[in-house]
Amino acid sequence: MSALLTVSDAHISYGKVEAVRSVSLEVGANQIVTIIGANGAGKTTLLNAIMGVLPMKGGVTFGGEDMSRLDIEDRVASGLSLVPEHRELFGTMSVEDNLQLGAFRIARATAARSFERVYTLFPRLKERRKQLAGTLSGGEQQMLAMGRALMGAPKLLMLDEPSLGLAPLIVADIFRTVGELRAAGVSVLLVEQNAQAALKIADHAYVMELGEFVLAGPAPEIATNQQVVASYLGFQHA
Amino acid sequence: MNTTILLFLIQDGITNGAIYALLGLALVLVFAVTRVILIPQGEFVTYGALTYATLSAGQTPGTAQLAVAMGIVAFGIDLFLARKSLHAMRVFRAFAVDIVFPCAILGLTLFAAGRHNTIAINTALSLLIVAAIGLFLYRIAFQPIAHTSVLVLLIASVGCHLAMQGFGLVFFGAEGLRGPAISNAALTIGPLSFSGQSLAVYGITIAFIVCLWLFFGYTLYGKALRATAVNRLGARLVGIRTSLSGQLAFLLASVIGALSGILIVPITTLYYDTGFMIGLKGFIVAIIGGLVSYPITAFAAFGVGIVEAFSSFYASNFKEVIVFTLIIPVLVLRSLAAPEVEEEQD
Repeated sequence: MSALLTVSDAHISYGKVEAVRSVSLEVGANQIVTIIGANGAGKTTLLNAIMGVLPMKGGVTFGGEDMSRLDIEDRVASGLSLVPEHRELFGTMSVEDNLQLGAFRIARATAARSFERVYTLFPRLKERRKQLAGTLSGGEQQMLAMGRALMGAPKLLMLDEPSLGLAPLIVADIFRTVGELRAAGVSVLLVEQNAQAALKIADHAYVMELGEFVLAGPAPEIATNQQVVASYLGFQHA
Repeated sequence: MNTTILLFLIQDGITNGAIYALLGLALVLVFAVTRVILIPQGEFVTYGALTYATLSAGQTPGTAQLAVAMGIVAFGIDLFLARKSLHAMRVFRAFAVDIVFPCAILGLTLFAAGRHNTIAINTALSLLIVAAIGLFLYRIAFQPIAHTSVLVLLIASVGCHLAMQGFGLVFFGAEGLRGPAISNAALTIGPLSFSGQSLAVYGITIAFIVCLWLFFGYTLYGKALRATAVNRLGARLVGIRTSLSGQLAFLLASVIGALSGILIVPITTLYYDTGFMIGLKGFIVAIIGGLVSYPITAFAAFGVGIVEAFSSFYASNFKEVIVFTLIIPVLVLRSLAAPEVEEEQD
């Protein structure tokens, strides 16, 4: 089976500083792939570059189509979606408006189905649909950011640190939803510092250190790798 | 001062305030969406007013040709920027918007010139011409530098203002023009008498603000514009093009400017450079609203209008000075209330 997303030999620089060096990765259809690594390893930079937010050298193919020359908006139209670390919600607009705008590129009839799907995944958003996005709690904002991305019916959802700063119960909820997305046919590329939770649901994993991938393999294998256990999973997993 | 004069001044202030409210709203909209401080807003006013006056006098306004010329430049830019991924569909769309649309307007203008058109036709035609100019102005001058700092955008904005004022002199000459009133009716209530034109100003301003409110609150494109203003990156991530939002904002601003011009040109004589002063007052109003708040902007507009009316009665030589001085206490208060901000980083 050919990969849905292929990144080959990516180099990303901030001015003269190279933040990501010769990174290659693949995400297959119906797969959850995770990139774990410490703060500042270049994970967020890589996701932003795949989405077109940052310029990069190297190839990005998505669904067989070359993405490297496309704008963010065109990448969204071809089914790629990013939930960024800072969520980038429309804070002074209602939850419903945020979701509606998530479906900006798709037909009205499809948008109605998307609403139903998002409200089923996140019933909390339905309760709060008239509330302003900026007044939601952190967990609800994360749900809204994911919901808004799903409204556009993406083929691949890229999640940047979805568990950051959230209570453990809500984190569990979010990870459960990520698992449900795979069942619904959406692939997920997940960037996480919470390596334990990420490796539990992922099919495949990459370990990133100082801008490079140092390890790659099926998630269960990575989860038992001595080096990974020592650096990222600590005693909890022992 | 007796009550009649007081009421008359307040009425005059409200009429002016309505115009400033429209202009201020347009400035806030354009700044929020594109970060451009729209100095050429005043030129939209002049172009709208003088195009309407010229059409009413049975002549062809030069602005219609300007729209075509700008369309051709915009088409060139579109083709150049899309040269690496040139689809037939893309070329066709650019051709339709950049060439067919302004040529159709020019055709209509040439057809209409020299005939006795109704006021509605002249108004619609003037709005269309200025709307096209506004759209292409964004496409040519601002879209290619949309990612730069507010300062660069401001410098480009001043450049556009100067260029458009120069074109205004070429098209309309140094003489002032006046247009026919939308309504010649008059209404007297007690000591107050309203001219049909000032009633039209109130009515159209209110109707336009209601339309804008409906547009922003209930339509997908209106919400997309708001979303771009609230969070540019967020908007791009859901697939809203910033160029689309920018074009929409400029389109609305130019229509608002032209409409304001058409509303005032029957009341006062407009020259090719009058719009700048009117636009600046819209700017004062927008600054009082902090370039973000629509309701404060609208209220400030009526305040500025009334201050202007009273100062032109008591100290007409210092009328402009008094109005522009209003901005100083506002800026002082704002700088005290708001924490110090570094130059933006994006």
